[in-house]
Amino acid sequence: MSERLVKIYPPFERFWHWTQVILVLVMTFTGFRLYGLHEWIPYQQAVVVHTYAALLLMLLWIFAIFWHFTTGTWKHYVPTTNGLWQVIRFYGFGIFKGDKHPYRKAYWRKHNPLQAMAYLTLKALIFPTIWITGIAYLTYRLWEPAQSSGFWIEIVGNLHVLAAFGILSFVVMHLYLMTTGHSVWEHVRPMFSGYDEIDLTPEEEAYLETDEPSRIKPVV
Amino acid sequence: MRSGLTTAIVGLGLVLSGLGPVSAQQSQSIPEETSNTTVDHSKLEVLQKQFASGPEVTEACLSCHTEAADQVKQSIHWSWDYTHPDTGQDLGKNNVINSYCVGVAGNEPRCTSCHVGYGWKDMNTPPPEETSAVDCLVCHDKSDTYFKIPAGAGQPFGAEVKEGAVTNTGKPAKPVDLKLVAQSVGLPDRDNCGNCHFYGGGGDNVKHGDLSSVLHHPTEAIDVHMAEDGLNFDCQECHVSDRHIWHGSRYNVTAKDTEGAGLPGQRRDVATCESCHGTEPHDAFSLIGFKLNSHRDKIACQTCHIPEYAKGGVPTKTLWDWSTAGKMGDDGKPMKVAKYESGAGKKKPTYVTMKGDFEWGEDLQPEYFWFDGQVEYANADHEIDPSGIVEVNTISGSQDDEKSRIWPFKVMRGKQPYDTERNRLLYPHLFGPGSETAYWGKWDWDKSFEAGAKASGTEYSGSYDFVSTEMYWPVTHMVAPAEDHVACEECHRQDGRLANIAGIHIPGANPMGPGGKLGALILALTLLGIVGHAIMRFVGRKNMKEH
Repeated sequence: MSERLVKIYPPFERFWHWTQVILVLVMTFTGFRLYGLHEWIPYQQAVVVHTYAALLLMLLWIFAIFWHFTTGTWKHYVPTTNGLWQVIRFYGFGIFKGDKHPYRKAYWRKHNPLQAMAYLTLKALIFPTIWITGIAYLTYRLWEPAQSSGFWIEIVGNLHVLAAFGILSFVVMHLYLMTTGHSVWEHVRPMFSGYDEIDLTPEEEAYLETDEPSRIKPVV
Repeated sequence: MRSGLTTAIVGLGLVLSGLGPVSAQQSQSIPEETSNTTVDHSKLEVLQKQFASGPEVTEACLSCHTEAADQVKQSIHWSWDYTHPDTGQDLGKNNVINSYCVGVAGNEPRCTSCHVGYGWKDMNTPPPEETSAVDCLVCHDKSDTYFKIPAGAGQPFGAEVKEGAVTNTGKPAKPVDLKLVAQSVGLPDRDNCGNCHFYGGGGDNVKHGDLSSVLHHPTEAIDVHMAEDGLNFDCQECHVSDRHIWHGSRYNVTAKDTEGAGLPGQRRDVATCESCHGTEPHDAFSLIGFKLNSHRDKIACQTCHIPEYAKGGVPTKTLWDWSTAGKMGDDGKPMKVAKYESGAGKKKPTYVTMKGDFEWGEDLQPEYFWFDGQVEYANADHEIDPSGIVEVNTISGSQDDEKSRIWPFKVMRGKQPYDTERNRLLYPHLFGPGSETAYWGKWDWDKSFEAGAKASGTEYSGSYDFVSTEMYWPVTHMVAPAEDHVACEECHRQDGRLANIAGIHIPGANPMGPGGKLGALILALTLLGIVGHAIMRFVGRKNMKEH
């Protein structure tokens, strides 16, 4: 096993991540305005920004979903219990004693099991909730004549806000976990450069050196 | 270079030569004084005489306009009687009780001074039958000199006017030259309608709140449709008429028009906003326009486009408490206290011996209710519950029916008399100089109610009290320019304009509903967990250093 810098975040993934960061922040800010938690911008402006940001984000998701499936990246998010317990124990106990993180990133599996589960929950549960309820909210006029639409719009609205808080909680947790490494920058850098420190088997190393030389660099 | 210069010179020449015809055209524009119809009434032979009375003029009118009187007699302007097609209730001024001067019965000559006829003196009988009793002039006078005597049962002022006499608009009365008036006639303008409708309830803007003397000469900020500096609409631009029957009703309102604008030659049946603006009035290709169009399904146009009523410095009466009437001044005579000063600097009465206590308001924010257009009145045939606030008229409507929308209203509040044994609202006999029973003069409620009951064909047990009442007046005039609409956040906020309307979902009106509470709890627990975790890490690192 040798540690090398391997490009595990291709340009699209980085673009997706950072665009999503901006859109989620904008939508949280404008969404909370619409929900009545602050009045820092006019309501009408918030409606416009929130809606167009939502449309952009949905467009981005369409590309991202396509990307996940065509590149096989979706496999990174398949839940596994393999090593899960160790990671939980690390964050729950080991980290306080200065233990080393038990998970070693593989280039075909860049997230630890806990992380993968968290991301899967976000992508498969919270995001769909917010966009299904958001679309339902936007198109209320189409289903308003339906039976007890007044009741369902309440459900839709409440779920939308609940999901928003869920995303915000994720963001907060995500940011906090940035601080658990040697430095915050060490955790953020891969999402800019695309390269992260990965343990490679000799076979993997040989493969990358031979077939994908641009993806592999020595550790600085 | 040379050709460029030539072009410039030729161009300049063209521009200059173009100016000539333009200014010539302007000087040839049609003089405004000319009638836009094919008849100049001042040239008609039948009108070349001195008329002694209103009916005489009417006869002259009918000699050409043969069907006019019959048409007018079909209208509510004439009959003051309206049978509601859904509830079957007898409405119209002839029947309804309001929370101002309460009822017409017994007070005819005062109230019927605004009747489109001459000499209707008794509500128990229909208006006079002669066709010449129809008053053509009150609606068609274009000389602005025709006024009816305020307590003259519809008769106009004569050639001589008593010293100090005033018109119902509050202005000094002048002699009426019927020949001049008859020769001036034309299609009604705002003054014709306004001289009665702007002064309902006994004075300028007293009754409606959205119909005041300001609308004689409104600016765009007051009313975007009637603005003299803008569209300058007359009333019948919206209240379209067909054979002297007008559209637009307070008893049976089209609260939600799903038909929209008709094609040329179609619809002449409604006075709704949609009948001109269509059912999708906002730009459907902009996001906000799309959203606003969907608001239209449940929110009346007026709700957003009339942010305030009683604009322009003329207040409307907001409270009338009859229970305090009858207090005499220190000199033992009826008194008047005027403590309210209007935006236009006019003093308004706040106590009058004849009428009790008043409150006034200007630039008022309407109150909002579901409204399907149907109005029922607590007339003398309805039993009331005096333990609460009595609704003089009841508006119906709800979120669940297809006809209702949220409408703006002026809510008139006050106290008015009721029969404590029969639990019915009472008709007071108020006006009647020299009468033994009129409250205004004798100051005896018992006599007044007895006479009122007799005049209205109802009963009076002999015991009365005053009950708190509310009356609903849909606000639909004084439409603001588009840019002055009610801003989104006026409703989309906690305790916003629609806070009293239960059971509707308004984003932003309920920050921290169940979803928000649960979400905030999750966020709080996350933060708590992070803080706890960070502290543990900090402590752990310190321990490690110590070891």
